[in-house]
Amino acid sequence: MMSAKQADRLATAGLYAVAGVILALLAGLLGYVFVKGFPMLSWQFITSPPQIFKGGGGVGPQLFNSFYLLVLTLVFSLPVALGAGIYLAEYAKDNWLTRSIRISVEVLSSLPSIVVGLFGFLFFVIYMGWGFSIISGALALSVFNLPLLVRVVEQSIQSVPRTQREAGWALGFSKWETITNIVLPAALPGLITGIILAAGRVFGEAAALIYTAGMSTPALDFTDWNPLSPVSPLNPFRPAETMAVHIWKINGEGIMPDASAISDGAAALLILSILLFNLSARFVGRFVFKKMSAS
Amino acid sequence: MRQAAAEHILTPAIRTEDFRFYYGSHEALKGITLSVEQNEITALIGPSGCGKSTFLRSLNRMNDLIPDTRTAGEIWIGGKDITKPAEDTVALRKQVGMVFQHASPFPFSIYDNVAYGPRIHGKVRKAELDELVESCLQSAALWDEVKDTLNKPAGSLSGGQQQRLMIARALATKPDILLMDEPTSALDPISGAKIERLIQSLKTQFTIVLVTHNMQQAARISDRTAFFLNGEVKETGRTEMIFNSPVYEETKDYISGKFG
Repeated sequence: MMSAKQADRLATAGLYAVAGVILALLAGLLGYVFVKGFPMLSWQFITSPPQIFKGGGGVGPQLFNSFYLLVLTLVFSLPVALGAGIYLAEYAKDNWLTRSIRISVEVLSSLPSIVVGLFGFLFFVIYMGWGFSIISGALALSVFNLPLLVRVVEQSIQSVPRTQREAGWALGFSKWETITNIVLPAALPGLITGIILAAGRVFGEAAALIYTAGMSTPALDFTDWNPLSPVSPLNPFRPAETMAVHIWKINGEGIMPDASAISDGAAALLILSILLFNLSARFVGRFVFKKMSAS
Repeated sequence: MRQAAAEHILTPAIRTEDFRFYYGSHEALKGITLSVEQNEITALIGPSGCGKSTFLRSLNRMNDLIPDTRTAGEIWIGGKDITKPAEDTVALRKQVGMVFQHASPFPFSIYDNVAYGPRIHGKVRKAELDELVESCLQSAALWDEVKDTLNKPAGSLSGGQQQRLMIARALATKPDILLMDEPTSALDPISGAKIERLIQSLKTQFTIVLVTHNMQQAARISDRTAFFLNGEVKETGRTEMIFNSPVYEETKDYISGKFG
């Protein structure tokens, strides 16, 4: 038999080893992507459109599409997720309706993204007649992201201690005032984390977008910001290939001579974008928290 | 002002008539008839589960937020029976402030913790708020310790300071009555003694109802004591009477520490 002290040492060493493996894996993956991709990154690569037959193309429209799609997806899914999360955490009674909502959310969150993509294709692209477009893609991704967001919202609201709510009620706040002025600010760090997780999924998602946002981008005029113009980047009814879809496509069927270099560069850029979004979301979160809680 | 004070002495701040409280089918309060006088400290004592906290939380209807509960009987505060369903609980809770056992500062600055109530209730002029925050912190005997660090998070204060901040926060909505649910039981003796002195100084402006497990505390600072037992008020009267010559054997046993 081992003594308690030996067992403790062994467990500690084991946990350190596991942590080390995870760290090494992450560092290796990121390092590989960055080492291969960084040499490709240049202003020209980030801003210019891709070339189909010759080398030297960029991923400018794809980068823009990724961010635009993310923003639209959050615009659609965040209000719904906030509403549903607040309802489940604060208002829902423990009955069959609540339980079935929770089960649906759980089932939806394990739905494969390709299934969501095909649903989006049938419903938004064909039935609604929006074709391969940003709006179809954003709505499909909203369906894909809602379960995750709802759960994150619900959990971060539930993690605010009851004493905080009682303190609000005792000051004469109504239930709604307590939620908006005390619970939501206190839950904000958790909400930001959830939004970042959802954003990472949107940036990285390819399967659900192939059938909805499409695999091409029309020639865009980045000086035309009228959302109704067909060449405007903001037009939500144009097809929009994102970074992740682009990487997938050129690895499969890219016929430009520098296809693999471009996909390396795009991968590094994608990771950098996620990092950038992550940091700015935290920054915005701090700012919003100050606004919500201070004079 | 003086005349108003004289009138107040005639009418109790809180008067309950045969007040009953039910958790589901369990009757937790079995007909409480009790008066709380203006500008006095009334201590509610009794063993755990005797109903004193339930009673306290009925006075600002905090129990409304617990599902499957109901009440019977009357509670009169400021000329109104506040148990009526139509009664405006939001206005009631502004009039009847509450301080809990565990300090629960909002995750904001010291200033914002105090300013939050008035701000949500529509007071937004900065100068007015500044003045109110200062006077509340003064009344809560905290101003001198925090006046240079008003923008620091409230969580950075010590436990005793946080509890005084909670009192300042409760004062900011300008209540007439303060309910305190074991306000010192989570504090060290020195911080607790500070809060006790503070409570005594507050009774010139407020009517205070205090739930406490600490017999010495009840004896030291309260004017009247109500002894709760099994959901009933067993005995009530001036504190020195209750502690020196209780009528009932149970009261005597409880305050001498034989049970509880």
